[in-house]
Amino acid sequence: MSTAAQALPAAAAPGHARASRVRRRLVGWSAVLAAFAVVAIVGPMVVPYDPITVRLGDRLLPPGARVSDGSRAWLGTDQVGKDLVPQVLQGARISLVVGVATIVVAGLFGLAVGVTGGYRGGPFDTLMMRLADLQLAFPSILLAILIAAVLGRSVANVIITLSVTRWVVFARVARASSLVTREREFVTAALATGAGTLRLIGRHIVPFALTPLIVIATVELGLVMLAEASLSFLGLGTTPANPSWGLIIATGRDYLTTAWWISTIPGLALSLVVLAVGQFGDAVRDALDPRAVTGT
Amino acid sequence: MAGHIARRLLYSIFVLWGALTIVFVAVRVIPGDPAQMMLGSSGTQADVAALRHRLGLDAPIGIQYVRYLAGAARLDFGQSLRLEEPAVQAVNERLPATGLLAASAMALGVTVGLPLGVLAALRPRSAADYLVSVASLAGQSVPNFWLGIMFILIFARELRWLPSAGIGGLSHLVLPAVTLALLLVGVLTRLVRSGLVEVAQEDYIRSAYAKGLARVAVIRKHALPNVLIPVITVVGLQLGNLLAGAVIVETVFAWPGAGRLLIEAINNRDYPVVQVAVLFITISFILVNLLVDMSYAYLDPRVRYQ
Repeated sequence: MSTAAQALPAAAAPGHARASRVRRRLVGWSAVLAAFAVVAIVGPMVVPYDPITVRLGDRLLPPGARVSDGSRAWLGTDQVGKDLVPQVLQGARISLVVGVATIVVAGLFGLAVGVTGGYRGGPFDTLMMRLADLQLAFPSILLAILIAAVLGRSVANVIITLSVTRWVVFARVARASSLVTREREFVTAALATGAGTLRLIGRHIVPFALTPLIVIATVELGLVMLAEASLSFLGLGTTPANPSWGLIIATGRDYLTTAWWISTIPGLALSLVVLAVGQFGDAVRDALDPRAVTGT
Repeated sequence: MAGHIARRLLYSIFVLWGALTIVFVAVRVIPGDPAQMMLGSSGTQADVAALRHRLGLDAPIGIQYVRYLAGAARLDFGQSLRLEEPAVQAVNERLPATGLLAASAMALGVTVGLPLGVLAALRPRSAADYLVSVASLAGQSVPNFWLGIMFILIFARELRWLPSAGIGGLSHLVLPAVTLALLLVGVLTRLVRSGLVEVAQEDYIRSAYAKGLARVAVIRKHALPNVLIPVITVVGLQLGNLLAGAVIVETVFAWPGAGRLLIEAINNRDYPVVQVAVLFITISFILVNLLVDMSYAYLDPRVRYQ
C-alpha cells in the first residue's frame, strides 16, 4: 500500500535506525501474540476441557500436585476437582475468539457506516452520528452490562454486546478519514473519468481509512478482552460450560483462603495477553505512521 | 460564551432523553416476566395478571413509554420489585457509598498520577522514567476486578492488615479505592509525561529558560498549565469510567454502593431499580462532561474569546 506518509522522505537523520527498531518491536510482539493464538487454538485440542466429570477426591489441590489418576495438575485443581490446565486453555480460546470476532464485526460495521456517512453525508450520516453520540454518553462498560443482561449468557451474545458497544469508535475514525479523502484530487480525477460510487469508495476511500482503523483495532482488542472478562466475572458473560478467564476468577473468589491459584492464574494470563496486545498496538502505530513518536 | 453553554445544555438534555429511551427499550426486552418472577411458581394466573396491571405492564408499549417519561420528569420510576421502597429511594440510599468510593479513587489517582508523570518527564529515559512507564502500562493491562481479588488475597487474607469486604472506617475504604484509582494513575502518568516532553520543545519554554528562570519554575508556570488542559478532559472522562468501574469494584469488595445494587437488581429482574441505577450513573457522566467542557472556557483563553 503506498500511502502519502510513506512517500515522504524519512524524518531526519536517525530515521533509519528508528525504522529498524520499530520493525524489531513489531516482529517481536507479533511473535508473542502468534504464540498466544497458537496456544489458544491448539491447546484445547490437545487437552480438551470436560465440563461434566467431577472428581471430588481431587478438589482444591495446589499447582503441581498429583491427582488420583497419577497425572500432575500443573496449575492445581478447582473446587470440584477439575484440573485448571484445560480450563485456562479454554479460557484463552474464548478470549481470542471474543476479541477477534468483536473487532471484525464492530470494525466492519463501523467501516461501512463511517465510510458511507463520511462520503455521502445526508440524513443517514446525521442519524448514525447522533446515535454514536448517544452511545458515547454511556460509560461503555455500563452499556455492555445493560445489553448483556438483556441478551443472556453465551459466547455469541458477548460478541454481540461488545460489538454494539465498540462500533462507534471505528465508525468515527472511518468517517473522519473519508471526509478528508473525498476532497483529494485523485478522487475528483476518478470521478471525472467516470468511476461509479462503489468503485470510488472501494478503490479510493476505503484503502485510506484502513490504516487508522488498524491502529484503532489493536487498541480496541485489549479493551474488548478486558470487557469480556469483566462481564463474565459479573456473571453476564459466558456460561460455566465455556469457562472464560473472568468466570474462573469469579469462581476462585470463594476459595481464596484455601486455593489462591484458581483466581490468580487466569488473571495473570489475561494481564500478560492484554499487555502484549498493548505493546503490539504501539508497535503497529509506529510502523504505520513514521511521524508519530511514542512515549516509551 | 453564553451561546456555547446554552448549546451544551440543550445537547445534554438530548443525550439524557436518549439515555432514558435506551434504558427503557433495554429493560422492556429483558427475558422473563417480572410479575411472574416476583410471585414465583405459587402465583395463580389471576395474581400475575393483577400484579401486571398494578405495575402498568399490561398497557401498550407506547403508553408505557409516555408514562415512563412523565414519571422520569418527576423522578418517579415506580416501586422496586424486591425492596419495599421506591426505586429512586433505593438507589439514592446507595449513592453516597459510590460517591465516596469514586471521589477517593479520583483524589488518589490525581495526587499520585500527576507527580509521577512529572517525575518521569523530568528525566526521560532514566530508571525512574522506565519504572513509571512499566508500572502505568501494567496498570492499564491488569483487569481491576482481578487486581482487587489479589489485594484481598495479599492484604486481607495473608497479611490480615485490612478488611476485605463491606463498609466501615477508613480501613474498609483503602483496598477498593486503591483498586479503582490504579487505572487512573496509569492513564494520567502517561498523559502528563508525554505532554510535558512535547511542550518542552516549544519556543516559549526556550524563552523562559533564556530569561533565566529555574527549571522548577519553568515547569510549574509554563509547562504544566499547558499540559493540564488535556489532563482535565481525561480526568473528566475517567470519572465516568470510575463510576462504571465502581460497579465491578463494589461487587469485588461487597461495597454497598449503587453499582452493586445494579448487579443485584439485574439478577433479580428488579427493573425499576436497574433503570434508576443506570440512569443515575449516566446522568453523573453527562454532568461531569458538561462541567469539563465549561472548565475549558475558564482554563483556555482561546475558547473563551471565540
